[in-house]
Amino acid sequence: MSHSGHVGNDAVGRSSIPPDRGPVEAQPRWRRDFPVDLSEDDYVSRRDLVKFVVLTSAAFVVGQAWIVFKSTVARVKASYPRQAIAGVDDLPVGGAKTFTYPTGSTPRLLVRTGESSFVAYDQQCTHLQCPVVPAIEHGKLHCPCHNGWFDLHTGAPLAGPPSRALPRVLLEVSDDQVYATGVEESAS
Amino acid sequence: MIQLDYVDRARSPQTLPVICMHCDSPTCAEVCPADAIKRTEDGVVQTARKPRCVACNNCVLACPFGVPKMNTRMNLMMKCDMCYDRTSVGLKPMCASVCPSQALAFGTREEMARLRPKASPVNTFQFGAQTIKTKVNVMVPLEAQDEVLDVTAAMYVSTIGRDLLDDIFAEGEAS
Repeated sequence: MSHSGHVGNDAVGRSSIPPDRGPVEAQPRWRRDFPVDLSEDDYVSRRDLVKFVVLTSAAFVVGQAWIVFKSTVARVKASYPRQAIAGVDDLPVGGAKTFTYPTGSTPRLLVRTGESSFVAYDQQCTHLQCPVVPAIEHGKLHCPCHNGWFDLHTGAPLAGPPSRALPRVLLEVSDDQVYATGVEESAS
Repeated sequence: MIQLDYVDRARSPQTLPVICMHCDSPTCAEVCPADAIKRTEDGVVQTARKPRCVACNNCVLACPFGVPKMNTRMNLMMKCDMCYDRTSVGLKPMCASVCPSQALAFGTREEMARLRPKASPVNTFQFGAQTIKTKVNVMVPLEAQDEVLDVTAAMYVSTIGRDLLDDIFAEGEAS
């Protein structure tokens, strides 16, 4: 806030001079609250403050909505080269088998849920990576570590600690062969 | 913004831009109740800041040079800011750069003194008790030897154009 060093009769263009051209020290205190020079103007108007608060709050709201969208709706699909996993007749209805897809991945779990319907999920529980085991008679997948349950048909968490769905392996059945074509998982 | 005034509208189409003098003690900013008129560090008095201007006309009435103009449609005071967007990056102001005959020219005080050897630049003005130094200089004939231009005294000298303002202040004291 110091004006000293800037004020002089030849100070045109450096710092504003009071109308009476007196020394800065002799000026009333209120003059400091209404500086003419932009560099000393740190006054935030009510309109600026309200604008800042409203826009910041709106940004938080949008961010929350975005997080909700990402964690519930959004899915990330990754495509890998098609890979044969098993023949249709290798598994009885209700049977399960582990495989890796793409090669080198964590173990995946293939379950035959009907005559021609198959589902495949990542075998790692989304809570703490324990392997899940199929509980086909209940239509669920079970994680024995912390008693977590997943829906067999969607991979969605039903009970227990896990809150995210199991990554799903996209399947394609043709010519009595089950092929994996991609992996779809929650975006969060 | 370029604000044009007519020199003598009834007789001539001649106009001249009302350029801001960029005072060291800008009266327009001093009287602004909304804190809307600010000077940059290089001493250029800016036009009113749009979020703050309340269109009260104080600056229009207070400026001794009659520079600020109220834009009633926008409720905003607008005045010459030396085309700050241009001059701050080394370009000439719009009025001077578009003038086809160089009747309007923009240059430093030294350049102007060289172009007008019979005149000297003066930038101190006296308005009654108020002294104002400006960044913009006025060329004054050398023989006048004026260091300070006493504007209030000049109000009683008849102008080169048509005298629209009859001498309403003259009560025996006019010279």
